Amino acid sequence: MPVRLPFRPRRDAYPPDLWTKCPGCSEMLFNKQLDKTMRVCPHCSHHFRISARTRIEQLIDAGTFVERDADLQPVDSLGFVDSKPYADRLVAAQLSTGLRDAAIWGIGQLDGRRVSICAMDFWFMGGSMGSVVGEKIARAGEAALAERIPLIIVSSSGGARMQEGTYSLMQLAKTMGVVERIKAARIPYISILTDPTTGGTFASFAVVGDVNIAEPNALIRFAGDRVSAGTIGEELPPGYARAEFWVSHGFVDRIVPRAKLRDEIATLLSFLVAPATALEPPPPTGFSPRSFLSALTGALTGEGSGSMGQTANGAPGASTNGNGSLNGNGTSNGTGESSGDGSGAANQGEASRG
Amino acid sequence: MVDRLLGRAHPEPSQPASPTAAVWAHVQQARNLKRPHTLELLKFMAEEFVELHGDRVFGDDSAIVAGLAKISGRRIAVIGFQKGQDTEENIRRNFGLPHPEGYRKANRIMDLAERFGMPVLTFVDVQGAFPGAAAEERGIAEAIATSIGIMTRLRTPIVVVITGEGGSGGALGLAVGDCVLALENSIYAVISPEGCATILWRSAEQSQQAAVAMKVTAGEQHELGIVDEVIPEPGAGAHTDTAETARRIRDAVNARLDVLTKLSLDELVEARFNRYRAYGPYTVADRPAAPAERPGLGDKLRGLLPGRPSVPQMLGTRRNGQPGRGEE
Ligand SMILES: [Zn+2]
Repeated sequence: MPVRLPFRPRRDAYPPDLWTKCPGCSEMLFNKQLDKTMRVCPHCSHHFRISARTRIEQLIDAGTFVERDADLQPVDSLGFVDSKPYADRLVAAQLSTGLRDAAIWGIGQLDGRRVSICAMDFWFMGGSMGSVVGEKIARAGEAALAERIPLIIVSSSGGARMQEGTYSLMQLAKTMGVVERIKAARIPYISILTDPTTGGTFASFAVVGDVNIAEPNALIRFAGDRVSAGTIGEELPPGYARAEFWVSHGFVDRIVPRAKLRDEIATLLSFLVAPATALEPPPPTGFSPRSFLSALTGALTGEGSGSMGQTANGAPGASTNGNGSLNGNGTSNGTGESSGDGSGAANQGEASRG
Repeated sequence: MVDRLLGRAHPEPSQPASPTAAVWAHVQQARNLKRPHTLELLKFMAEEFVELHGDRVFGDDSAIVAGLAKISGRRIAVIGFQKGQDTEENIRRNFGLPHPEGYRKANRIMDLAERFGMPVLTFVDVQGAFPGAAAEERGIAEAIATSIGIMTRLRTPIVVVITGEGGSGGALGLAVGDCVLALENSIYAVISPEGCATILWRSAEQSQQAAVAMKVTAGEQHELGIVDEVIPEPGAGAHTDTAETARRIRDAVNARLDVLTKLSLDELVEARFNRYRAYGPYTVADRPAAPAERPGLGDKLRGLLPGRPSVPQMLGTRRNGQPGRGEE
């Protein structure tokens, strides 16, 4: 049963002549007005959840966003059935959101600066991270690496998608592997945590930004309510695990209201610039995150590791283009054109086992 | 079919009545309190073991143990989850549910291993990280994410052995490696069957179905490519013969390390990165869902304007694959 996707999310088409009740202050808000305030309540500042596409429209300069990999399609690799088959849930989510899965990524300009951005969409199965979402985040990161442009990820997610089983769990390692390479290459990574950011999304790329920014009152936590309530019967105080809680506990840098988010990111990116010396290719190997780290670790371990310590300058196949990009699946997947080298390409086309 | 997936010879004549019951029996076996955990296994596997304590930040987590071992003459940094085998020890070990300090201690030992050229061996047996406020507010999410990240790039071989329950991010925080081995009666899942049932079925009573649906058994995880090798358990299960279980694990780990230590560190880390980079099947649709992405979009005010068509235009987006059971 091939599914035809509508051009645009039905959900986003809030009838402009209708009202929405604010869960924060119970005011009735005219949708047209709410859209003008970026879907933030003008009375109590309640931040309504917004779709991935609306998020990108709000952050990226008009007319500059080019989406990549919109054609990635999730697969029901386990034949998973709970109260409904996963395949049916996917179809329903695709029809209601106009997306193939719970994230959009692409390249665009933020205040004139070229960035790689990935935004999650909570309305697609709770923004849960399965293989496609993990892949998009990884590719957004790899594009940032290849082009040496900042990475911005906007999280809005209930965590790993249970219907894809341990493949979903492995997305934590997939995305963290890429984030580690971004950090080694001194590419700035801004993580935006919006309501909600929970579970495996919080416990992977979302929590490790160079700067972590949360939207006001966003729910951010690792253990879910229903899960922890079933495991231990703790009473949770009001405000628990909200954005402000995370600033006071030291895991979020700033809380930024939606209207100021774009400008704050632009300001931060103006600071997070790698020193030119880090980018100049050192004579013998050419810069790449791997050979850079390799040299560093080689120097630290010396001869102590036997055969394992001998490879500081080896870096077989290391990229020599001086831009810090990764060879293999790094750049090929990053462009979305999948030229087919590297193991990531094995996933192209037919569904394949990890 | 299920028996083959479970890959185990039941010693008892009474076979479980249904495939679901068989999977659930497997889950119970994985959770058997008498199963050997990290310290019990090390007693038989290691000639020497020096436990190290503390994360140098906040405290020492009793649910994760770490230290330096000599196994078959090889120096190895060993890190593992530690449940108790009786109630008293279980209370002391927080029922094997770790706080952030456990992962931070583990990362400290991994750093030692990298700098002093020791492979890392981890034993995974955890239902999940401690789900209470103390773990949350000290950053269990950050501790797990950081540990996963470190393990994706650590410049020394890492062998992971799932000995009991591999549950959720709490398990993966110590389970990123070059090889992932699993004891026959162990399980591995994105969330505990109870947690899955609570969320998807809104009732923990459906845990058995959740365990079946998630394909949690070691054999199934091997078929999915998550686990590289299933280590057979002796007799009626690991709990009946710790010495033999430890010997089998030791042999499997040694065989893996013999190969891994011959690779250059660059090859090793690249291969490990690629392993995790490749996980997760998907297909590529014939055409993007929304090509020529709304050219007028950027010119409009941000947000949603009334000018949108109320009837969505339909694209002929046929896909290569059904979203259905492409694998089976
Ligand atoms: Zn309000």
